[in-house]
Amino acid sequence: MNAKKSSFFDHVWDFFCSLKLAISTLILLALTSIIGTVIQQNANPQDYVREYGETAYRIFSALNFLDMYHSWWFLTLLTLFAVNLICCSIKRLPRILKLVNQPNLDPDERFYKTLANGGELTVGLAPEEVRDRLAEFLGQKFSRPRVAEGEGVIQLFAQKMPWARFSVYVTHLSILVIFLGAILGTVWGYKAYVNIPEGSSTDKVWPRGSDTPIDLGFEVRCDRFEVQFYPGGMRPKEFVSDLVVLENGKEVVKKTIEVNDPLTYKGITFYQSSYGPMGDPQFHFKVRERATGKTVTVVAHKGQPVKLPGGQAFRVADFTEHFQTFGSAARIEMLPDLTGKNPAGRSRKSFVVLQKFPEFDAQRGGEYIFSLLDYKQRYYTGLQVAKDPGVWVVWLGCFFLVAGTFSAFFLSHRRLWVTVRAEGGKTHVRYGANAHRNQAAFAIWFEDFARDFEESLKK
Amino acid sequence: MSSVNLFNFTTIAYFSAMILFVGYLVTRKEGVSLVANIATWIGFVLHTGGIGLRWYESYQMLGADGRAPLSNLYESVVFFAWTIVLIYILIDLKYKQRAVGAFVVPFAFLGMTWAQLNLDDAIDPLVPALQSNWLTYHVITCFLGYACFAVACGVSIMYLIKSGKEQNNAESTPAGGVMSLFPSIKVLDDINYKAIMIGFPLLSLGIITGAAWANYAWGTYWSWDPKETWSLIVWFVYAAFLHARFTRGWVGRKAAWLSVFGFAATIFCYLGVNLVLSGLHSYGGG
Repeated sequence: MNAKKSSFFDHVWDFFCSLKLAISTLILLALTSIIGTVIQQNANPQDYVREYGETAYRIFSALNFLDMYHSWWFLTLLTLFAVNLICCSIKRLPRILKLVNQPNLDPDERFYKTLANGGELTVGLAPEEVRDRLAEFLGQKFSRPRVAEGEGVIQLFAQKMPWARFSVYVTHLSILVIFLGAILGTVWGYKAYVNIPEGSSTDKVWPRGSDTPIDLGFEVRCDRFEVQFYPGGMRPKEFVSDLVVLENGKEVVKKTIEVNDPLTYKGITFYQSSYGPMGDPQFHFKVRERATGKTVTVVAHKGQPVKLPGGQAFRVADFTEHFQTFGSAARIEMLPDLTGKNPAGRSRKSFVVLQKFPEFDAQRGGEYIFSLLDYKQRYYTGLQVAKDPGVWVVWLGCFFLVAGTFSAFFLSHRRLWVTVRAEGGKTHVRYGANAHRNQAAFAIWFEDFARDFEESLKK
Repeated sequence: MSSVNLFNFTTIAYFSAMILFVGYLVTRKEGVSLVANIATWIGFVLHTGGIGLRWYESYQMLGADGRAPLSNLYESVVFFAWTIVLIYILIDLKYKQRAVGAFVVPFAFLGMTWAQLNLDDAIDPLVPALQSNWLTYHVITCFLGYACFAVACGVSIMYLIKSGKEQNNAESTPAGGVMSLFPSIKVLDDINYKAIMIGFPLLSLGIITGAAWANYAWGTYWSWDPKETWSLIVWFVYAAFLHARFTRGWVGRKAAWLSVFGFAATIFCYLGVNLVLSGLHSYGGG
């Protein structure tokens, strides 16, 4: 009964350790991942119904195809993948440890036959002399050998990069580390966003897909937002926000952030992600009364009437940053007033003022000459806010992944055995070597090495 | 001389090389293969010069906003072709199997032709999201990886042709005729494996640099965007390939097929996602 139970357990264990499971899981993960790239994820139900119809929507929904990367079956596949990685490492690691820590220090004739590279020779030197010469030669050309003596036999063993055997485990472990980092980020981190109008501040951010804000524990203020365009078009060049972090009303950190250059404070990072206009722009005009030559500077908001000296009034009817090729331009309307000069009922006079050409309006011949000094559009800055305490764990895992794969593919554990034995007044030397990877290159290297090796015993 | 001119000459050189490689398969004259290789080298030098010149041109046109020529579809296809030829030249220096050229250089030729006939070669300044050194690291590592997979796919096709022929004749003697110029199926299998072995860590590095960039720009290193997901799919396929090497049933033809499927997935990841699906990788709104 007991034996049967353990054999069932062995079967399960072997299943979770198997390479077949690894290959199947990888291919299944690849195939199922495609679904999420073809069907849009996390869209509105109406969108799905419109695109695929009611029935298909129900089926997709039941199969978790609409948020498949978080579905139970995809997470199960990932878990299976992780369990497979852990089990196969546990199963194989002791063997590798033994191989590295307890190398065969007493090779016999049969062992030498298993080695792909090797040779033998007989020299006229004493065994001790051979041992000393080889120890020196190997120390210089390969690595310092371990020497064991007994029963008229001297055994030398040398190896290089034994740790290369572990690189595949480093690679496997790295994936688990990345998973761990991702879990840490999901459990203790968040992704949120916030819009801050220029000049104001916030101490709350809103997580995606939720109405409950998160308290930051400090305040963030946006002093300025600016968007720059490449010349001659609306292609954005840069979005910049001046952010200030306030703790208890005191400024602690100031930073100008832009896309690809965020601000981090207390593990929370603010990324420039979007922007938008706040209310109407504010205009500064210089207005000269033609008759008197009197000049005033006035501030106007779009659509709101502004009184001028002499009693008349105007308003900014329209504004554009790109008036054909002339740059920023405002359209001004003179308003009816009570002075009688511009009585109600008469059609409103409207004209365009160009910021680039301050004297242009003089040619119109109106009573007032307008120049647009500047305008100020207030914006809000759109920030992505992320807290991810697991991200360093993820980078650590990524480092191990790259280091592990490169060393797994390109470094090899190379070993060399030499058996020295007195034989009828002369000394017989048998040697052999192998590499755990890239045998072809090792064989080429070994040809040269073997020549030098034998040479070292002939002088 | 503009970069576009240089790329035209590059395409002509690759076209000549391709014809010469096919000529080599037909005539079986070593001299032809040498000329084919020289044409490939000339193309590669012109290609490198063209990329350098385009880099310089971007500074001439955009002043301080100049940038490495890796940002739009045109530039990326040109760079992809360059990496394919680079990997071919490296494989040629190591294995000296010229017939491989007939199955690899056409990928570079097709890329260059497509870029020149159908893609917009305007040098536009970069939108804010692309203004990052991560762009350069990400593109270079990804495309070196893709190029290795292209070479692996080329030799896998050779493997499938040659092993198919050898399976069909009863004595299973090595195939004669054109096929005698192919490297032995053992060597083809080896090149396939080696190319993927080099490409896989590079792809990993490409995915990681992309993730690092996304994290730096948006605060999320992974968002299951279609491009990201497809890069992971490609990674899964080649990870499966590498593990399949350790089981007896998955070598030879099966491995060659997996390599061809892997490259098809790679191409879809690179182009299909941009042309068919939508997401963050839209080549600057193109």
